[in-house]
Amino acid sequence: MTNTSSGMTFAMSETQKMIAESVRDFAEQHIRPNIMKWDESQEFPVSVFKQLGEMGLMGVLVPEEYGGSGLSYFDYVTAIKELAKVDPSIGLSMAAHNSLCTNHILMFGNEEQKKKYLPKLATAEHIGAWGLTEVGTGSDAGGMNTTAVREGDEWVINGSKNFITHAISGDVAVVIVRTGEKGDSHGMSAFVIEKGTPGFRGGRKEDKLGMRASETAELIFENCRIPHTNLLGKEGEGFIQAMKVLDGGRISIAALSLGCGFGALEAALKYSKEREQFGKPISAFQGVSFKLADMATEMEAAELLTFNACHLKEKGERVTMAGAKAKLYASEMAVKACNEAVQIFGGYGFTKDFPVEKFYRDVKLCTIGEGTSEIQKLVISRELKK
Amino acid sequence: MKVLVCISHVPDTTSKINFTADNSAFDKNGVQFVINPYDEFGLTRAIWLKEKKGASVTVLNVGGNETEPTLRKALAIGADNAIRVDAEPSDAFFVAKQIAAVAQEGGYDLIIAGRESIDYNGGQVPGMVAALLNWPFVNACVGMDGEGPEFNFTREIDGGKEKLSASLPLVIGGQKGLVEESDLRIPNMRGIMQARTKPLEVKAAVDAETKTSVGSFSKPAPKSAVKMIDAENVSELVQLLHDEAKVI
Repeated sequence: MTNTSSGMTFAMSETQKMIAESVRDFAEQHIRPNIMKWDESQEFPVSVFKQLGEMGLMGVLVPEEYGGSGLSYFDYVTAIKELAKVDPSIGLSMAAHNSLCTNHILMFGNEEQKKKYLPKLATAEHIGAWGLTEVGTGSDAGGMNTTAVREGDEWVINGSKNFITHAISGDVAVVIVRTGEKGDSHGMSAFVIEKGTPGFRGGRKEDKLGMRASETAELIFENCRIPHTNLLGKEGEGFIQAMKVLDGGRISIAALSLGCGFGALEAALKYSKEREQFGKPISAFQGVSFKLADMATEMEAAELLTFNACHLKEKGERVTMAGAKAKLYASEMAVKACNEAVQIFGGYGFTKDFPVEKFYRDVKLCTIGEGTSEIQKLVISRELKK
Repeated sequence: MKVLVCISHVPDTTSKINFTADNSAFDKNGVQFVINPYDEFGLTRAIWLKEKKGASVTVLNVGGNETEPTLRKALAIGADNAIRVDAEPSDAFFVAKQIAAVAQEGGYDLIIAGRESIDYNGGQVPGMVAALLNWPFVNACVGMDGEGPEFNFTREIDGGKEKLSASLPLVIGGQKGLVEESDLRIPNMRGIMQARTKPLEVKAAVDAETKTSVGSFSKPAPKSAVKMIDAENVSELVQLLHDEAKVI
């Protein structure tokens, strides 16, 4: 591994080094040979996620008593980063499964729900989806139109969710729907729904710019009846729960950004030492070497912000601001690093024969998914003013 | 069955090899270390014996504390416990004496080592261990089957294979074939977490002589530049192949 970091306060533990090495070996063996095939065909490689489950990477934060690996946020970030360095779209799906669906049940499910769903999610016997966004409501999630209406011991859900990771291939979904007044932050509730429930299905799959091996599609509810026991936490708490889930989720998107940025940096550094123009390697020119210096500095700063959020999370502190800062900075700097990497590769960077073309497309998701950069700034500034 | 797997801590196969300024030692600066690949085949075979026949698997290294991450990885792959003999592995005889002492003290039945380590490529240690213990030795072992205590082995020999059998206790010098590359295991998260609490015992070295001493190391001469000879000028080509390249 190329050492692009100058050593930092949050030194990797022996365990994290071993996790990184294992994830890297797994990704080189089972992911690397197929990344362009999956990217071209937009294939979501379900079998890889089953293998990731065997590796213990589909329930990273889930305690061992529920069949998970019981690891820390530092370990989790390490794993996502290493996966994303090889294929960000696999990293994204792994992050969404862990941070959103699985973590929502872990954080807000009752004991019975945790015992029912977590062991299967943690081993990837089930793949998880999570639905908040709708066609008309992205950042303004409070205005959602999908509703659940109570009828005796059941809820009847109608509407659809948009841009949902694993909407078609997922076996279990956690969805946040309106159970009260529009615009009321206590007017939404979270439910867990299993595939095969009548009136519940995946819809159209998106044809995306990047992250193409990660499945993104619609979730559709047509008079979908689910028992009251599928309610997560209390009625009316869905939106508040979702915000808390996203607090942790942002750390995973920061980690995904680190994987893209460091992956692009390592590829560009290697290429710049091999590619010769005017009789010397292009890394010998300041124009190129200064780009590399900026990329390394900015990605390391992003990593430190991410580790800081992990540190607070592990201490059990609120990470709303730290997570938003890490996600904002890491994603913006990763987009910049991938852009510069393509520039360093020149014409070759514009072809699919080199990895930076894919990083350039994939990384853009990081400034959009789980809250745009603008929303992160809103979150940070609100916290500042508190 | 108690299996002792010898684990060498060696530079990653992609490392750039350099020596210290006086060429007397390998320069470890910036080098990543891994489990010796020949040992990893043996370790995986030992894990099979654990899973199929209930064997216990101990991994052993003779070296300083910098080798412990390599032993932890072996534990994460599935070994039950680890022993590190805290000493500089000064030469093959010294290391073999340490391994033999651990084997005798611990009552092991089977010692699996790699046929050689990819750092200094001495290939002497497992043979010496067998001699010190007066046990049979199966070197360049590419296959093992049977229920024990007698096992059937396949060895790689020049241009063919040899089949033989031997009974425990014995020493194997293993390589690819003992298991295949696709059988090698990547530690999973549970294995990594369990490895943190599995026992890693540090033992003092037993008295042993170092019977050889290293003079110096040198690298092969760098390849010289390609010489282009005009297609018409066959006689010059023949002369250069004869006088300079010395291939004809």
